Amino acid sequence: MEAALIILVAVLVLVAVTAGFVVATRRRRGPELEPPLVDDGRRGRAGATTLEPPPVDVDEADVGVEEVAPPAPEPEVVAPPRPTFRERLAKARSTFSGYVGSILTRRSIDQETWEDLEEALIRADVGVGPATELLDSVRERVRSEGLTDGEQLVGAVKAEMKERLAVADRSLHHREGAANVWLFVGVNGVGKTTTIGKVAKREAEVGRSIVMAAGDTFRAAAAEQLGTWAERAGADLVRGAEGADPSSIIYDAIERAAARDADLVLADTAGRLHTKTNLMDELRKVKRVAGKPPGTVTETLLVLDATTGQNGLQQARQFTDAVEVTGVVLTKLDGSAKGGIVFAIQSDLGIPVKLVGLGETADDLVPFDPDEFVDALFSE
Amino acid sequence: MFDALSDRFDGIFKRLRGRGRLSEADVDEVLREIRLALLEADVNFKVVRSLVGRIRERCVGAELHEALNPAQQVVDIVHQELIAILGGDTIRITFAPRPPTVVLLAGLQGSGKTTNAAKLARWFKQQGRNPLLVGADLQRPAAIEQLRTLGRQVDVPVVSKDLTSIGGEGGDPVEVARLGIDEARRLGRDVVIVDTAGRLSIDAELMDQVRRIAEVTEPHYTFLVVDAMTGQDAVTTAENFHATLALDGVILTKLDGDARGGAALSVKEVVGKPIAFASTGEKLGDFDLFHPDRLAGRILGMGDVLTLIDRAKEAFEEEEAEAAAAKLMEGQFTFEDFLEQMQQVKKMGPLGNLIGMIPGMPKELRNTEIDEGELGRVEAIIKSMTPQERRQPDLIDGSRRLRIADGSGTSTSEVNALLQQFREMQKMMKRFGGTMPTAKTNANVNAKAKAKAKAKKAKKGGRVTPKGGPVTAGAKTELKLPGLK
Repeated sequence: MEAALIILVAVLVLVAVTAGFVVATRRRRGPELEPPLVDDGRRGRAGATTLEPPPVDVDEADVGVEEVAPPAPEPEVVAPPRPTFRERLAKARSTFSGYVGSILTRRSIDQETWEDLEEALIRADVGVGPATELLDSVRERVRSEGLTDGEQLVGAVKAEMKERLAVADRSLHHREGAANVWLFVGVNGVGKTTTIGKVAKREAEVGRSIVMAAGDTFRAAAAEQLGTWAERAGADLVRGAEGADPSSIIYDAIERAAARDADLVLADTAGRLHTKTNLMDELRKVKRVAGKPPGTVTETLLVLDATTGQNGLQQARQFTDAVEVTGVVLTKLDGSAKGGIVFAIQSDLGIPVKLVGLGETADDLVPFDPDEFVDALFSE
Repeated sequence: MFDALSDRFDGIFKRLRGRGRLSEADVDEVLREIRLALLEADVNFKVVRSLVGRIRERCVGAELHEALNPAQQVVDIVHQELIAILGGDTIRITFAPRPPTVVLLAGLQGSGKTTNAAKLARWFKQQGRNPLLVGADLQRPAAIEQLRTLGRQVDVPVVSKDLTSIGGEGGDPVEVARLGIDEARRLGRDVVIVDTAGRLSIDAELMDQVRRIAEVTEPHYTFLVVDAMTGQDAVTTAENFHATLALDGVILTKLDGDARGGAALSVKEVVGKPIAFASTGEKLGDFDLFHPDRLAGRILGMGDVLTLIDRAKEAFEEEEAEAAAAKLMEGQFTFEDFLEQMQQVKKMGPLGNLIGMIPGMPKELRNTEIDEGELGRVEAIIKSMTPQERRQPDLIDGSRRLRIADGSGTSTSEVNALLQQFREMQKMMKRFGGTMPTAKTNANVNAKAKAKAKAKKAKKGGRVTPKGGPVTAGAKTELKLPGLK
């Protein structure tokens, strides 16, 4: 304990000096001297994308992912015939208890109505900040459109949310003639390995040959788990020893894919909390190595558990800061959680949800549909 | 990062100055902020509502009238209420008179059941027990292999489907669990930990399955494994599991991230069962009985000194740190020591997170995002100094400054800023050290460090209760940092 206290003082001092230094130099240098961009400038572009208001034209919607795609990407929408979000969700529908039932029957819109609406959004994990901001816009709508009852109000909220979620490119990018790498990242236990298994099956069904890279060398038996999925999907599996360098395993998988003319490398990574700097650095390296020829990373997908609360935004922020996340896979949405945090993630960071997990089987991974998602958020 | 709750109140209480008591409207405003803070920490909204109600009663009452620092008092009230909900005591595990003691783990997919089964086994082993792990998760591919590997790491035997005659995929987890208990009796293991498959609480079929597992194993403890990052849904999940299994407690996992863990509070409030264990890291040893007071502070964003200390213990070489601290107290701390400490502190995670854990950090500082690049600049400046300059920064004159700036790719004003900060810190620490009653004559540096440590402990008693007890909130604001005013 004594040593701990001494250490604490040392840390305090260090923090104080460093922070003081930072504050002092920032003050001195003025606002135009933001912290310099440390890496190759990609961060700068990512930053710019985040700051831009979302583009309004749906046709222009691939702006958000352009910095990851190679110079001349040919975005290809992967849409094989499969259960839609709506069909799949209908199965779980009975479980979505309605949060807005009482609002729908209201004849007028009073303070209580607004509070109930806010509560509904918070219960869905949208978050207080985004909910408040959303409701401010809805208030504007209510005024300008002269809405008077509860049903119209809920309609306006849905419309507003759908509008905000609408503008995004949700396709999974794939460049023909290259060793495409889709990198799956996220915190522990969100379902990265399972998601890869399901994605492999999807992609195999549309005729793509797949190599899986067992980049999770930390969790016990993660490679075995992925191996089971590889068998199911008829994919190749490249794995290394436990504790091996994930970058090298993923690079091996890319080389194998290139040698066999495989279309796609699905790269698993170990779950890591976004607060662990060393592990996030490791992930940066994984991405860097995966992008080396012949590999080209066309998707970096953040896998997010639908039960995640407000911490999800922090996760998305840190992961995108490290590896420029191009999309979110929202898993376990068939439970009672509504996954409202993705609303904040898209509106704050401009990262769209691309896939949604609605059950245990491979068919239960479906493209995200914002309209269905919003309806489910308020469904009875 | 989020502001600490007390900062949110600052504005409100500033207006109060001179009046000394809260009007109804003031209380409302304060409560709104409390509500917001709790919701941002993922405390369930129903729990927030009842909690805010209780806090209102206490705030409106006489308690604040004589308040010297009303903001702090309100925070204290909230803190107390949170601890009251979380349950003041840690759980006491008792063992069945007729072994084995059966522990059943259940939860959603990905909450950490398998990992924590192994951690729990390790914990029981440390209590001098002989646990057996039963892998009843026959659903997730390779779950059993994972448990076996972890079992080897903690040196605890694992049994699973090998007890049955069924090969290949599939198998009945209920049967496996039943046979697992028999096996424990046969082997004379006195604790059995049953790991089950992850399941959604609304999946009637699987919930029925886990109910049957509970029936055949008759667990003495049934724990729900809950991810600290869970949002509002935690309560629904916990209620459903509790209705099916009659929970005895919760194991809170992934507390090593920056999630505030409000979900845990909600679960405790709604289900009424304590949080028994908390998992705070990826290593199998990062697991212990739960300390309610730590989480309360964390939910409020009040800083978490104890966790900070825990992390520091991991990152630092004790001897080195003591020596450095001793130098520090005597004003002999050089840039070289600073550089060394910096390497250690880096191991503890992003500086921004650390700052968040230190209570009483000035607001402007807490909101400063310090990225690694900036840390790197400080490092570069120091590394561009000659060894002598590092030991005697006073040597650094105009031309040396220019050289250092050029060498480190910074400007002379930045070098100046760092020197300035460093000097002020030294002065401050010297004054601090000078007030210590310990003898400075001791020749042995190490012994001196020890002595200083004791003095330090005495001095700091008000801030950190040495025995790992609660952090006294009242003392938090007095932490003054050098060079930041």
